[in-house]
Amino acid sequence: MADLTLKDLYDGFRNPNVIKGLTKLINEEAKKLPHSINIMEVCGGHTHSIMKFGLLQLLPQNINFIHGPGCPVCIMPKERIDHAYILSMQKDVILVTLGDMIKVPGSLGSLQDARANGADVRFVYSPLDTLKIAKENPNKKIIFFAIGFETTTPMTTALIDVVLKRRFKNILFHINHVTVPEVMIELIDSRDEHVDSYNNRIDAFLGPSHVSVITGSKIYEQFPTKYHRPVVVAGFEPVDVMEAILMIVRQFNEGRCELEIEYKRSVSYDGNLKAQALIENYFEKTDLFKWRGLGNVPDSGYHLRPEFSDIDAEKIYANILPRKEIEDHKLCICGDILRGMAKPDECTIFGKACKPQSPLGSCMVSSEGACAAYYKYGNLLK
Amino acid sequence: MNKQITLAMGNGGEENNELISKIFYKAFKNDILEKSEDAAVIHGGALAFSTDSFTVSPLFFPGADIGKLAICGTCNDLAMMSAKPKYLTCSVIIEEGFSTRELEKIVRSMKKELENNNAIVVSGDTKVVPRGSVDKIFINTTGIGEIQKEGISSNNISQDDVILVSRDIGCHGATIFAAREGIELSSNLKSDCASLTHQVQALIEADVQITALRDATRGGVSAVLNEWAKQSNISIEVDEKSIPVSTEVEGICEMLGFEATNLANEGTFVLAIKKEDAQKALDVLHKFENSSNAVKIADVNDEYVGRVVLMSPHGTKRFLDTPTGELLPRIC
Repeated sequence: MADLTLKDLYDGFRNPNVIKGLTKLINEEAKKLPHSINIMEVCGGHTHSIMKFGLLQLLPQNINFIHGPGCPVCIMPKERIDHAYILSMQKDVILVTLGDMIKVPGSLGSLQDARANGADVRFVYSPLDTLKIAKENPNKKIIFFAIGFETTTPMTTALIDVVLKRRFKNILFHINHVTVPEVMIELIDSRDEHVDSYNNRIDAFLGPSHVSVITGSKIYEQFPTKYHRPVVVAGFEPVDVMEAILMIVRQFNEGRCELEIEYKRSVSYDGNLKAQALIENYFEKTDLFKWRGLGNVPDSGYHLRPEFSDIDAEKIYANILPRKEIEDHKLCICGDILRGMAKPDECTIFGKACKPQSPLGSCMVSSEGACAAYYKYGNLLK
Repeated sequence: MNKQITLAMGNGGEENNELISKIFYKAFKNDILEKSEDAAVIHGGALAFSTDSFTVSPLFFPGADIGKLAICGTCNDLAMMSAKPKYLTCSVIIEEGFSTRELEKIVRSMKKELENNNAIVVSGDTKVVPRGSVDKIFINTTGIGEIQKEGISSNNISQDDVILVSRDIGCHGATIFAAREGIELSSNLKSDCASLTHQVQALIEADVQITALRDATRGGVSAVLNEWAKQSNISIEVDEKSIPVSTEVEGICEMLGFEATNLANEGTFVLAIKKEDAQKALDVLHKFENSSNAVKIADVNDEYVGRVVLMSPHGTKRFLDTPTGELLPRIC
C-alpha cells in the first residue's frame, strides 16, 4: 500500500466538483434569503482561503463577507512592536519570535529594520526551538516575543513549562496573546469611538478553525443566544468554507439562530482541556489590550501571572519600554471596515498613504487583512 | 526605499527589483543592461555574457552543492539566451578556517559540471577573509557563451505563444529550506540543480520557434511570469491544475505556508514557444530525464496586461503576484 501523503488528507476538501456542487446549492438556497447577509470570517486563515481559492466569485450578490480582525500581527499595536524593537536592540539579547512578525512596522521600524541595524532577531516555526537557541547562547538573554490567538498560546505556555521545569536561566517572555470571543463582542456590542457609533453590519460569524480546536466551540455559545448572531465553526479548506456558508444561509432561511460545527473532524464542544489548563496555569487576563484599528478591548489579552514575573520581560525591562499610547492614523477607517460599515476603497488613504509596503492601518499589514487583499486582488474581487 | 538593506531586498521579488532599478540601473544605465535579460547579448549579437554569485547555506545539500550550483547558475543564464557556454571565470571568497577537503570537494563538483557544459574556467581570483567576514565560502562565476539563435527575448512574447515549464517546480527552494530548518523528511526530495544547455540546444536543433526562455531561480515561476507579463505587455493566464508540483514539495508548502510557484529552482526553465510548435518542444524536452514531465501551463491574452492570472480548477481566478518579503534564507 502506498504511504499516506499530506495531499491525501486535504485533496477531498479541495475537490473542484464538490466546490461546484456546493456553489450550486448555496446559490439556490440564497434565492430564498429574507434579506442580504454579511458574514464575518473572524480568522485570517479563513480570509486567506477565501482569497486564495477565489470563493467570493462563487457567491450570489446577497451574500457578502466582512474580513475580521483575526490576524495576530495585523492587530498588534505600534507600542508593542516598539517593545520588540527596543528589546532586540539591547546588548546581549536575542529576540525570538514567529516569522509573521518580521515585516510589521512599529513607530521605530520593523524587526527586519532592527536586524539591519545590528539586532539579533531569530524566527522560529515552533516556540520550542527557542530552547536550542538558549542552549547555544548561554551568555545571552533570549526573549521570546509571544504572539497569536488561542491557537499559539498553548505553544508558548508549553515553552514556559519546559523553561521553568528544566530551570533555563536565560529565557524571558514578552506576552502578546489575544483572544477571539472578546473582540467579536467588541465588534457587535460596543461603541466605535472613531465614529461614535454602535453600528455594525455583521449578521453571522464563521468561527475560526484552529482556535476552536483548542478552546472548543463552547466559547461561541453566547453569540446566538445573547447577541443573535449565528456562528458556524468551519475548517480552512475551500469545501469547509463553502459548506459553512451553506449552513449559515440555511439557518436564516429556516429562522434558526444557532451555534453549529462544520469542522467536526477536529473541533469538539470542550476543546483541548490540557492546553486550556496550561494557559490557566501561567496566564491571566489583561483588563484592556489595545488592538491596532480597534483600540482597547476589555479582557482580550493575556499576561503572565505575577508569580512568574522573574521571566516576564515586560516587567524586567519596564524602565526602558515606553508606556505612552500611539494613536492610529487619524484618517484610517480600519474600525469601520472591521465592523462592516465601510469597504477598503472608501478610505481616503487607501492605496495612497497606506499600502502593503508601508501600511498605516491594521487591515493593510498582512495579506490576511481586508485592505491588503483589496489592494492585491483589486478588480478580481466580487 | 528602505534606509538600510534588508534581506527582503535580495529575494528575487518586488523589493529586489526596486533595489536593482533605483540603485544599479540608475547608475549603470545603458541599452544592453536595460533589456533585463538573463544574460546580456553583446558583440553584435554573437555572444551572451552573464555573472552570478553563490552564497547558499548549507554548502552541501541533497541533489547538489555550491560548486555544481555555481557552474549551473551561470551556464543556465547563458543557455536562456540560446548560448553555448564557452569561457567562465571563477572568484572565491573563503572564510579563514574553512576546510581544505571541503573546498576540494566543491571544486571537483565545479569541474564535473564544466565538462558537462563543454566550458572551461579561464581566469579566477581567490580571497581569504578573517573569520566571520563571510559565511564559509562565497563563489562568483562569470561566463561567455556563443549565441546559437538570434532574437530570443523576454520582451517579444505575444498571443501567438504558449507558456511551458520544463519540469515539476520548487524542488531547490523546498530542499534548502528543509535542510536549513532541520526538517527531517523521509522522502526523495532533492534540489533540481542541473545544467540546461543540452535541452536548449536540442530545442534549437529541432528548429522549435522559441520566443523566450528563462530559468526560474529566485522568486520562482511567479517571478518569471510576472517579469514576462510586464516586459512584453501581455496577460498570462495560468491553468493552476496543470502546474507540475511533486508530492514532497506540495507537502512542504502546505506545512510551512509557501506557494510552490514562489520557490526557487536551479534546473527548471520556463519557455514561451509559438503555439504551433508547443508539441514539438514538449517532445524534445520529454527525451531528457530532467524534463520528462515538461508541460504547458499557460496561455497569453490581453485581458489584464502586465498581470498573471491563475485559473482555479473550480472556475475562479486570482492574480499570481511577484513574491514579496523575505522568502527563504540564502538559496543560491
